[in-house]
Parts: sequence; C-alpha cells; structure tokens
Amino acid sequence: MKENIVLDLTELPAHALGTASPSWWGTLAFMLIEGTGFALSIVIYLYLMSLAPRWPLGTLPPDLFAGSALTALLLASLVPNILVARWAREQDLRKVRLGLVVMAVLGIVPLILRGFEFPAMHIKWDQNAYGSIVWVMLGLHTTHILTDVIETLVLACLMFSRHGDTPRRFGDVGDNAMYWNFVVATWLPMYACLYWIPRL
Amino acid sequence: MIRSKDDGLRDTALSDKELNRALASTWSAQPGLWGALSTVDHKVIGRRYIATAFVFLALGGVLSLLMRLQLSQPEARFIGPDRYNQIFTMHGSNMMFLFAVPVMQAMAVYLVPLMVGTRNIAFPRLNAFSYWIYVAGGLLLWTAFIVDTGPDVGWFAYVPLSGPQYGVGKRADIWAQMITFTEVSALAIAVEIVVTVFKQRGPGMSLDRIPLFVWSMLVTSFLIILAMPAIMIASTSLILDRLVGTHFFNPAEGGDVLLWQHLFWFFGHPEVYIIFLPAVGMVSTIVATFTRRPVFGYLAMVMALVATGVLAFGLWVHHMFVAGLPRLGESFFTASSMAIAVPAGLQIFCWLATIWAGKPIFKTPFLFVIGFIVIFVIGGLTGVMVASVPFDTQVHDTYFVVAHFHYVLVGGAVFPLLGAIYYWFPKLTGKMMSETLGRWVFGLIFVGFNLTFFPMHILGLQGMPRRIYTYQPEMPWAGLNMFISLSAIVLAAGFLLFFVDAIRSARSGAVASANPWGASTLEWATASPPQPYNFARPPVVGSREPLWAEATALPVAAGLRVDRRELLITGVVEGIPEARESSVGNSIWPLWAALATTLTLVWSIFSPWAVVWGSIPVAVSLIGWFWPKGVLEDES
Repeated sequence: MKENIVLDLTELPAHALGTASPSWWGTLAFMLIEGTGFALSIVIYLYLMSLAPRWPLGTLPPDLFAGSALTALLLASLVPNILVARWAREQDLRKVRLGLVVMAVLGIVPLILRGFEFPAMHIKWDQNAYGSIVWVMLGLHTTHILTDVIETLVLACLMFSRHGDTPRRFGDVGDNAMYWNFVVATWLPMYACLYWIPRL
Repeated sequence: MIRSKDDGLRDTALSDKELNRALASTWSAQPGLWGALSTVDHKVIGRRYIATAFVFLALGGVLSLLMRLQLSQPEARFIGPDRYNQIFTMHGSNMMFLFAVPVMQAMAVYLVPLMVGTRNIAFPRLNAFSYWIYVAGGLLLWTAFIVDTGPDVGWFAYVPLSGPQYGVGKRADIWAQMITFTEVSALAIAVEIVVTVFKQRGPGMSLDRIPLFVWSMLVTSFLIILAMPAIMIASTSLILDRLVGTHFFNPAEGGDVLLWQHLFWFFGHPEVYIIFLPAVGMVSTIVATFTRRPVFGYLAMVMALVATGVLAFGLWVHHMFVAGLPRLGESFFTASSMAIAVPAGLQIFCWLATIWAGKPIFKTPFLFVIGFIVIFVIGGLTGVMVASVPFDTQVHDTYFVVAHFHYVLVGGAVFPLLGAIYYWFPKLTGKMMSETLGRWVFGLIFVGFNLTFFPMHILGLQGMPRRIYTYQPEMPWAGLNMFISLSAIVLAAGFLLFFVDAIRSARSGAVASANPWGASTLEWATASPPQPYNFARPPVVGSREPLWAEATALPVAAGLRVDRRELLITGVVEGIPEARESSVGNSIWPLWAALATTLTLVWSIFSPWAVVWGSIPVAVSLIGWFWPKGVLEDES
C-alpha cells in the first residue's frame, strides 16, 4: 500500500519516562498479579478460620515483637525509598547510588527479622492448617522481599558501572522503588491478618 | 557515559528502498539454529506457539478417539481402568492448558502488535521465555504420560483424590507442576498484551478505534491476570500438602476439601471466558470482513466483553451445586450464571444485525462463524438449563454436562479459531488455504461434531455418568455409544483434512496478496507475511476501519530511528505520540532462563530444596537477561 506521511515524530524523546514507559506499566501489571496472590492468601486464611472451632488452631497467638519491628522498619524504609525515586527522576547519579546502597541494607535487615517471625508463630507448617497458611503467607511475602533485595543489589551494581548514567537506568530505579512500595503496602494487611486477627 | 546522543539514522533521510533495507538489517533474526533459538520477533514466536498448540490439539484428539474406541461397546477390553483414568485426565488437561488458552494467546501474540500498528510486542524477551516455558510444561505432561505416570485425577484434580492419602506416586504432582508451567507462560503473555495495547497503539488509535479482536484480548488478559493466581496458589498448596506435609486440604487437621474446589473454580470459570472472549473477537473480525460493513453496535460489543469479564468472576460456585453449599449461595450463583447469558446474547444479536444489514460472502472463515452461532447457541441454552440447581443435581457428572461443555467450548472457541486460521493464514504464511478443502473441512467438522456430541445429551439424561471406563450390557447406552464413536470418526476426518490443507497450503498454496479479503484492520496494510519490522513507518489511524477509510494511500508517521530497533509509544486513551522507544534485540538468555526454571520446577516435584538451589541458576540467567550489553537499544 502506498504511504502518505502525515505526522512527524522527529522531535519526540528517545525514551519514554515515568508513566509513559512500558516497563512502568509492566511493573504495575505484575503487581496486580502478585497483589491478587496476596489477597487470595488472606482469603484462604479467613476461610480456614471460619471453619475452625477456635483460632489460632492448637496454639497461642503469635508473639508481636519480631513482626511489629519488621512492620515499623518497612514503613520507615519508605522515606529513603521515596527519596531514591525522586533522585532517580532528577537523574542525580551520586544520590541514587547512595540511596540504592541504603535500600539494599533496608531490604536485608527485614530478612533477618523475618527469620525470627517464623518461630514467633509457635507452630510449624506441618502441624495443622493454621500452621500451613501462616507459613505460606510469611513465605510468600519473604519471597517478595528477597526478590526486591536482589533486584536492588543488581541495580546498585549497574549504577556503579559504566551503564548506569542514562535515563533508561534511572527509570529502572524508579520502577524498582515503586515495587518496594508495593512490597511494603501488601505487608500491612498481611501483618494485620497474621498478628491481630488471632487476638480479636 | 552514554547519555542521549540520539543522533542515529532516521527514516526521514531515506528513500523507501533504503528504508526497507536498513530496517531489515536492524530487525532480522540471525540465520541458523542460534538465530531461531534467540529470536524475539513476535511473529516467529506467535507462529511457533500456534503450531505447537495445534500439535497438542491433535494429540488430545487422539486421546479422545481412544476413549471412543473403549466406549463403543459395553464391557470393552481395549483400555484398562487405570490407563483410561490417565487418558481422560490428559485429554482435559491437555485441551484446556496446552491447547485452548495457549492457542488464543498465541493468536494474540501474532496479531495484536500488527492490528495496533506497532513493530513488536511489549517485552519481546518475556514472550520468548513464555514460549519455552509452555513447551517445557507440555513435554513434562506428555513424557509422564508415556512412561505411565500421567495424572489420573481428572482435569480439575479434586482433593482428596489428588491429595497425599489417595494420590500416591507422582501423578498428581505432574499435573500440579504442569499448571505452574502453563500459568507462568499465560501470565507473561497477558502482561505483554496489556502493555502493548495500552502503550504501543498507532498514533490516533484512541480507545474507541481499537479493533474488537484487540479489545477481546485486552479483557482476556485482565481475566488471566486476576484468575490465574488462584490456580497457582491452589496447585502450590496441593504440592505442599503432598511434598512437605502441610494440611490445606486435610479436614483432620483443620483443612478443607471444598477449599480446593473454591480455589480451582475461582480460576476455572473465568478460564472458560479466557477461551471464549478471544473467539468472540475473532468472530467480530470475520463477520465485519465478510459482510463488508463494520460490526453493528461497537460500543455495545465492547461493553459486553467487559461485562462478561466482570461477571465471569461471580459464577464459580455453579460448578459446586452438588457440594452441599448454603441455599442462598446457590440461588445467588444461579442468578449470576443466568445473568451472563445477557451480554453473550447481546453479542449474538449484534452479529445477526451485522449479517442482516450486510452482504454476506460465504467463504470458509464465514462458514465457521455460522457454525459457531448455531452450536454456541445450543450450548448456551443447555448452559441456562444447568444453571438451575434442581436440574444440575440430576445431570451433574453425567454425559449431559460433557455434551454441554463441548458445545460451548468447541462451538464457542474451536469453530471461531478454525475460521480465524482460514482467515489469517494468508497473513501468517503468505499463502491461501484451499477454499474447496475448506468447505469439506467445515462440513465434516460441523456434521461430525453434532452427530458426536448431541446424542451425549440423551445419554446423560439416561443417566450415563462421565469418566467411566466401561458400562454393562444391561444399561440402555450401547446403541448411542456406538453411534457416537462412529460419528467421532467423521469429526476426526474433518480435523485430519484441516491439517492436510494447512500443511499443503503452507508449502504450495496460492500466493496471497497483502489484503486478500479486502479487510479493514491494520495487519492487512503490510505484506503477507509481514517483514520482520511489520511496518516501514507506523500507520496513523483516523477511523475505526482504517483500510476502508483510506483506500488509496496509508497515512503514516515518520521520524523513527532505523539503526536501532525503535517503535512508537502513545498515550493510553487517545493514542497521542509520547516518545520513541527502543525494542530489545534478539537474545539467547530467555532460553537459558526457561531451562533454569524448568530444572527448578521439575526437581521440586521430588524435593523442596530444589526451590532453594534452583533459584541460583534462575537468578543468574535473569541477571544475564537484563544486564545491558552496550547496544544502541540501551541508549535513551
């Protein structure tokens, strides 16, 4: 078919930033998938609870310390996380490098605290259905922290390499920060469910 | 520092001939085996996906013929009960997870980027990864079946039958892990389609100018995103119950068997629409082309797609009417099951109105649409019947239900799909399929299908249960069963002829022009088959039927770079150009990542530690995948 040029694209930027970027939308779509997974795990928890004669089944409610400390730490990590996202938008390489190192540390410390959360449940996965669902919920969320920590570490290496200083990589840093917000946001209902519903 | 030099060669500086040469060198795959394994061209991957799905259709068809052989007479001794259990489980699992869903997504992988006027799908490497994971899942299931470890618990694998107590051995684990493979691949494509439709539409393609097939795939992709996590959680819980002793489905320790049914059908019912909605999009496309007019009621059609998508999540309990749930719940799900007939009916009437007002041309693709309307309406009517609890209680787990869902799924999805293959074959291969053979294919499949499946309604009403490997001579079922088995040969002959036609035409069919049907959508604006870069310049869209509105010259946009893979990013609502963006080049890493994932998933059938150790090669391959290689596509 013959072509008739009616539109000029030469002045467009060579890379789509922020919400224009396909990877921003892709991250959002994966958050929707995983968010559905988290929501379903809470539904299973409540479903099993509705069937049980008492809850938690065969044990005491979980100890609050490790989980609450982790929650506080995750909430606190939002401050540097939002700053990293802002520095990435400003394409400030020096601050982004620093911020990613801080965020990597703030990803690893929750993993250590998470190690204390499993015993704080006072039950193993193979004792009863309550044990099974709390271990799976904690496991599911731990996987997300772990994945994000690895992503942050790789991004940090990238930003210290010769590939770092481009708008594309700053966009990746912004998407990674958005994903961390998601990891924190999904933990809040999980925390309420795991630690406070058994106390109702 | 490689900050925005952005001084690459633009298409504005080139003649048409130079442009095509430059684009071909930028977008082509490497020759040879390595090139075939590392290509990220959505057309190559889409064609592979479609061909593989049809191989699984043929294999599933062979299984159904084996079942018909065994059931053709009472007390037959062709197949034993254990093998029969594996065969019907394999037939269902294979057709749903390895054929129906993948083939619809595969059509979208090929067609959606072309129909919205872009050069490649969003996240092309994820697309390659998805295909490899899909193949691995299929191989896992079929290898297990060949070595007599095929799943034998039905395609919905109800606990406790599939649980650790009754489902001994690894058969149920094979089923559950096959689910993981196919869901990962399906979710990946769903994300690609959503982002392609949102961000890569041609300039001017506002929401109300999106082709109906693309709308249907967008809604389908959201259904996949929201439904498939349920089955992944369900199958993972099942594997955990079987492998490490969790108690999700064990009532003795606070678990519940109905939890499985809820989770399965919360996925399983939307699954039906995941298969059906793409078919609806295909029907709308074919109807418009072969009646020479736009589909009547575009807005109503789009709203019907969205409404079907929403209602699809409110129906799952109608699969559980005999499970003893509270009556109020059953009434609610009866109402919602009947409600979904409204958007389905609305679409049927819109198509009828289109055909009524148009000048129908009865070519093979259109014949399949007529077949679809007839068969799907019958399936829909029995659907309204089984939505009623007292009726469902009578026919549950009988051949009536087998008849119903084959009418809905084969009528509602396979007929449009075959029509779609005849319709898009010229675009896929550059060759036309045979019109004469096509009419025979349609006739054999239409007649064979009805003769095979309609009598199953009667068998069901006569009380013949599904999933039995034989029946006694005293039962009044022998005559109809023999009739069905003979009819199945007619049906199979139709499919055989279809495969013969497809293979023969691909080799030596008549050469197709760019737009052999005189259709209106953008995939027909480029060559058949399209060049690796799809369009030399991105088409600009000024109407809902761009090729009918612009009969002489295609309006296009200019200014993209040709020395790197570049495409156009536009706004979600209006399709206004926002940026030029690179599209990643060929890469072998998706294959390595798929192999590492496969290793991990298969190993984890046997040991939970596989997840720990297997994650290392997975992580390494993902880092290799994403680490910048300093190519032009990294520039920004």
